[in-house]
Amino acid sequence: MLKTLLRSTALVAAIALAPAIVPALTSPAMAQAQGGDIVVTYKDDIATLDPAIGYDWQNWSIIKSLFSRLMDYTPGTPDLVPSLAESFTVSPDGQTYTFKLRKGVKFSNGRVVVPADVKYSIERAVDPKTQGPGGGFFGAIAGFDDFVAGKATGLSGIETPDADTVVFKLSRPDATFLHVMAINFASVVPKEAVEAAAGDFGKKPVGSGTFVMKDWVIGQKLVFARNPDYFVKGVPHIDSFAVEVGQEPLVALLRLEKGEVDIAGDGIPPAKFLELSKSPEGKQLIVDGQQLNTGYVTLNTKIKPLDNVKVRQALNMAINKERITRIVNGRATPANQPLPPLMPGYDTSYKGYTFDVAKAKAMLREAGFPDGFSTVLYSTNTDPQPRIAQAIQQDLAAIGVKAEIKALAQSNVIAAGGTEGEAPMIWSGGMAWIADFPDPSNFYGPILGCAGAVQGGWNWSWYCNEALQKRSVEADSMSDPAKKAEREEAWKKIFIDVMADAPWIPIFNERRVVAKSKRMGGADNIYIDPTRVINYDAIFVKP
Amino acid sequence: MIGLILVRLVQAALILLGVAALTFVLLYALPADPAVLLAGRNATPQIVASIRHQLGLDQPLPIQFWHYLTGLLHGDLGRSFNQKTAVGPLIAARLPATLTLMAAGIAVEVVLGLTLGVIAALKRGGFIDRCVMTASFVGVSTPQFLVALLLLYVFAATLGWFPMSGYGTPAHLVLPALTLGVLGAGWYARIVRSAMIDVLGQDYVRTANAKGLSATRVVLRHALPNALLPVIAMIGIDIGQFMGGTVVVEAVFGWPGIGQLAWQAIQQVDIPIIMGVTLTSALAIVLGNLVADLLAPLIDPRIRAA
Amino acid sequence: MAMPALLRGLLRRPTLLVGFVVIIGVLVAALFAPWLAPYSPDDQMFDGLSLEGAPLPPSHQFLLGTDTLGRDLLSRLIFGARTSLIIGLVANGTAVMTGLCVGVLAGYFSGLVGLVLMRFTDLMTAFPALLLAIVLAALLKPSLWIVAMVIAMVNWVQVARIAYTETRSLTERDFILAERAMGAGNLRILFLHIAPHLVPTAIVWGTLGIATTVLLEATLSFLGVGVQPPQPSWGNIVFESQSYFQSAPWLVFFPGAMILATALSFNIVGDELRDLLDPTQRGRG
Repeated sequence: MLKTLLRSTALVAAIALAPAIVPALTSPAMAQAQGGDIVVTYKDDIATLDPAIGYDWQNWSIIKSLFSRLMDYTPGTPDLVPSLAESFTVSPDGQTYTFKLRKGVKFSNGRVVVPADVKYSIERAVDPKTQGPGGGFFGAIAGFDDFVAGKATGLSGIETPDADTVVFKLSRPDATFLHVMAINFASVVPKEAVEAAAGDFGKKPVGSGTFVMKDWVIGQKLVFARNPDYFVKGVPHIDSFAVEVGQEPLVALLRLEKGEVDIAGDGIPPAKFLELSKSPEGKQLIVDGQQLNTGYVTLNTKIKPLDNVKVRQALNMAINKERITRIVNGRATPANQPLPPLMPGYDTSYKGYTFDVAKAKAMLREAGFPDGFSTVLYSTNTDPQPRIAQAIQQDLAAIGVKAEIKALAQSNVIAAGGTEGEAPMIWSGGMAWIADFPDPSNFYGPILGCAGAVQGGWNWSWYCNEALQKRSVEADSMSDPAKKAEREEAWKKIFIDVMADAPWIPIFNERRVVAKSKRMGGADNIYIDPTRVINYDAIFVKP
Repeated sequence: MIGLILVRLVQAALILLGVAALTFVLLYALPADPAVLLAGRNATPQIVASIRHQLGLDQPLPIQFWHYLTGLLHGDLGRSFNQKTAVGPLIAARLPATLTLMAAGIAVEVVLGLTLGVIAALKRGGFIDRCVMTASFVGVSTPQFLVALLLLYVFAATLGWFPMSGYGTPAHLVLPALTLGVLGAGWYARIVRSAMIDVLGQDYVRTANAKGLSATRVVLRHALPNALLPVIAMIGIDIGQFMGGTVVVEAVFGWPGIGQLAWQAIQQVDIPIIMGVTLTSALAIVLGNLVADLLAPLIDPRIRAA
Repeated sequence: MAMPALLRGLLRRPTLLVGFVVIIGVLVAALFAPWLAPYSPDDQMFDGLSLEGAPLPPSHQFLLGTDTLGRDLLSRLIFGARTSLIIGLVANGTAVMTGLCVGVLAGYFSGLVGLVLMRFTDLMTAFPALLLAIVLAALLKPSLWIVAMVIAMVNWVQVARIAYTETRSLTERDFILAERAMGAGNLRILFLHIAPHLVPTAIVWGTLGIATTVLLEATLSFLGVGVQPPQPSWGNIVFESQSYFQSAPWLVFFPGAMILATALSFNIVGDELRDLLDPTQRGRG
């Protein structure tokens, strides 16, 4: 019994340490075979493939591969490279970006991509009529406010001076601009196809990416075939991939073990994870990688007694994060700050609030609550979030804080968080912040910045520190690449200072665990790509 | 007869109107705000307001309901908030799967139920009778998810006799249909049994027996047809129950029916889809009951006379 | 009925006996839970999980094993009986009361009032029950009472229909006409003459309804929209443990068995009660 225990513990430890050992780069020059038709499964139906609207992590990867954008990332890394753009230049003041478009890139309807398409696509993403969630990212482009308010018919800051140049004029320097050019919402779409689809472009996508949609049987299956005319030779490496929806994660895994499925898109349920990690066969199916994710509890700074910083700090010291990571079978690492370890600006030397029940109680007493107090903890109702919430509840009870749990549908939690004075504490699991792109500012604006502390906003701590807000704007205007390190330092300090106010209790950084069949090849980081989730361009079938 | 059908149709239409109104009010009374969800995490309050305006959510409730009704009369069920596509085609795409499952489930229920019910009636009072009755009780008392998980694990995952999930071949249909059928067969068995017992005690049956007709003939040609009436009524009710009640089976077996569509839509507060599915289910219930009521006099002359 | 006769009747029907035993067992568990349960149902014990965080199988220390948070399953099942019974009684009681009121009033005042009430009942029949329950439970802020209310809203229709039919046939009878001729007020007739005839219906449907309620609550909890954690309900234990049904089948089997046994017992008892109390139905069950 002891031997098996030791062996299994060692295995789990090995898996937990694996991401640190995995090589950081997969260059396309690596020897891999060409060909293969693979099957991917998801539980939820794919809502839409319209790049201006799609914001689920199921369709995120697919949209990335169906369309192309001016900028992209090296597979498996957060490093920006030009993609649809052949090259680009930035003006010294950081407010003008000039992109030279690659020549001869074709949409799947045969037409060549021109600068007017880029302008059209981005204006479409920003246009309130599209009702897309990504318009806000382009806020730095000149003319944004007028366009959104309906006073203009387009973005004045995008110019197309000749047949292969697109110029962006910004109203302020924006260090994240290149990331924004790589995000899904900046995908290039052909106007005629959008108009021909009359509102159904999401079901009939036409793009210039590595794959083309061949078939969509609603509610069941989508099939994508390789685009033979893609502008980078040798990419993608698989001939097609079929996405089957409506599959329970557990069933998908059982089918994967039988070889019917190649990638179980929803990951491995906790029960199967332990089973698989213990068997030598099963271990090969597991891909374990870090994400740009932090799970945290928001403390509403506008509700008593959470408006007292000492109370918030005491709560931070009360949570046993080791126990919570055990509850998720070790598939997370305890967190002590808002940023995840992979994010530039992460402070490796910061210790945070260590778990100390006695000190927590003492601090509560100091704050004037020797007998604790009652409060409410919200969470979503999909497993394992209610269980994690219960674990947090028990830890709080140990220092005298009685938290009632409300496990609601996600939409209700979001509504409660965005309503002033409604939700004292929210466990963000299931809705937890995953960065839209690998830049620290993405972890600040909507969830810790003053702009998010409004009705319907996502800053559920209703935290607004004017001084930090000013510093964040300053940091974001350092768009000069030479100042990259300085900018990261600035952000690092901002987040550490946020922790001094303790509007959150960072709990853990969840790792993503995906299952892939034995015949799938490639390094782990293209199955858990930080910007794509599954990188369909880079995965391949072993010969 | 025509008059009766017309009256019932008008009643059905009114009932559907009532269902639509009630559902509408319920959905809009809920705390979640679809506009906030659609606008996403990076939206400014202006964008949220713009989306709310475009969806017509800032108008008073009766006006929104009026728009919805006028749309309905043109066959337009609105557009999904999340997917932006029309609701009608979304439901239509999944309807065949739900109808197939429903038909198969009812078929299993009726076949099992009839067989068991007839046997129990013939061997009335005996051990077999009691077994059948207890089994039918067990059937209606078992939670669907338990049977579904059990069948999945034993017959699909372990023995591999049937595929674990999906849609397309008859083999895919077996386990989901069995889950529904085995549980519901109990109702049918009991109804058939009591109807048969009634009939078997009647004079004309005793006459047939006295004439020397074989027991089988008596049962099949004389008794059974009369037991069919309550079965038909039950099927009508069943159709209604199945339209909303297959969520669990669809979830466990990955069956692409409207139950799954509804479940996802509920999570995302996609009101047009929820309205569409509710109305479709209500329509099925009303039609099912109507057909059962109309068929009754055709089968049982005594009712026709009344 | 005389007591010895009752007992003899019981003994002759073993299934009924088993049903009664189970119901009494569940009642006892619900009433005396704090004294019966070996551990507190909410206590997440560090030793309740294996080193990798897996639930423990049945052992000396934990008779039925532990759940995914390290809590003793037996204790949670015992306390879960409370949840099921409270919802069963409250939801079902409300459903029966509502159904009776609507049905009786509709049957008695057969004019416009009756028409409106019965059309409303027809309307509620057309609602897909489970869907309605899920929408409400998911989109309101669920608690024990909301779940009970939702279930009641879905279940009262059947009772109303039966009450209506019975009241209609009663109202036509001679003795009611006689009472009216004597000048008795409506309330008097309703309470003294009609209501008592409906008591058997109330009892029968009340009992049968608990079975449906237990199942519906379990399904809602299984879908994640039922009783709030950490309050244990047999359904939400299965919900939290679904993906473990291969590696920790006790977490699905034991609560599932409890749900089945309870629903079954109430069904059997309710059916036998119907035989007993309504002679025209005897033997047809």
